Amino acid sequence: MNTAALADLCYRMADDELVLAHRHSEWTGLGPILEEDIAFSSIAQDKLGHAQALYAIMHELCGEPEPDTAAFMRNAEHMRCSHFVELPIGEYDFSLVRHFLFDVAEYVRWTALSQSSVEPLAKLARKIHGELKYHLYHAQTWMVQLGAKGNEESHARMQSALREAWPYALGMFEPGNHEQALIDEGICIGEAATQERWLAMVAELLAPSTLDVPSTADAQFGGRKGYHTDHLQPMLDEMTEVYRLDPSAEW
Amino acid sequence: MATIISIDPRVSRMNLDAEQSAPLEPKPELDQFQTFEVFHQAKTGAHHTHVGCVHAPNHELALLLAKEQYGRRGQTTNLWVVNTRDVFTMSAEDADIFATTPEKKYRDVGAYMVRNKVEAFKKQSQEGTTE
Repeated sequence: MNTAALADLCYRMADDELVLAHRHSEWTGLGPILEEDIAFSSIAQDKLGHAQALYAIMHELCGEPEPDTAAFMRNAEHMRCSHFVELPIGEYDFSLVRHFLFDVAEYVRWTALSQSSVEPLAKLARKIHGELKYHLYHAQTWMVQLGAKGNEESHARMQSALREAWPYALGMFEPGNHEQALIDEGICIGEAATQERWLAMVAELLAPSTLDVPSTADAQFGGRKGYHTDHLQPMLDEMTEVYRLDPSAEW
Repeated sequence: MATIISIDPRVSRMNLDAEQSAPLEPKPELDQFQTFEVFHQAKTGAHHTHVGCVHAPNHELALLLAKEQYGRRGQTTNLWVVNTRDVFTMSAEDADIFATTPEKKYRDVGAYMVRNKVEAFKKQSQEGTTE
């Protein structure tokens, strides 16, 4: 097995999940209504769980550091997340749109991974399928609610958030350094195929929302190579502040 | 202008005015959303049990939000949501209708001393077969 290629894939996926989990958790206690606050926080916890499971697979199969070390001891230049997940939470419209676009990609990615040649990845994909289904259901229900069943303001805000998010969302599909090896070894289907399935699913799920799928093809690349926006490092500092006080502490 | 500095960095970042100029107006009840009653089913075939309510604009959102409020711990196979307005209920003033119920022990299963009779019958029939 090509462990360098597998580690590259896992870092990209896990870092996305970790950073977005933290961004989502910034709404905890400040969400629009109590019930949604709890649901969104719960989704954030699930994403953190996905990240942890991926770091654990890398630790076991590729000899990468332990999950906590991998998650909390790297600075921005060593992170492989996309710019999309680094962006601040903005208003709730932006956070919901990001949640929707990311979770469709996540659903597509993990569905394909259930056929992966790396059995622990395939097993994890099957285990978390129900969670991903709920995340998608949550995201799409809000898109339809605020796009088609809300009012003029909610529709306009969601459409504008979609346009703002779009180039960053496309940045999720920036290929890593081992793209061909990952495809050849049947580890995953690769970024181009993932993006194609994502686009089709976004269009299908957005149809009842009456929101338009943006048509621009400009993508914000760089994250997968370690080049990040200025938003990432301050977020990492805040996220790792307590852990780094004493990395050997038992929790 | 002095702003609120909190140990929660998110709150500090909001640049909230430290001096509240006008007191906050409490919102009227249900000013945005109606409520939906949530019924939880733990196993296939089990009864759906009332567990509480959620605020939501419609049934779709109510079910969506009920999943995390009432289905995220323990076992769940299904949830129902019912608009609170659709629950037809008795008036609290009519509670005296039930006032004498606790006295009517003969309506309780436990009020019947069947076990003694069953044991006596068993004993009798056993004696009958040994003879």
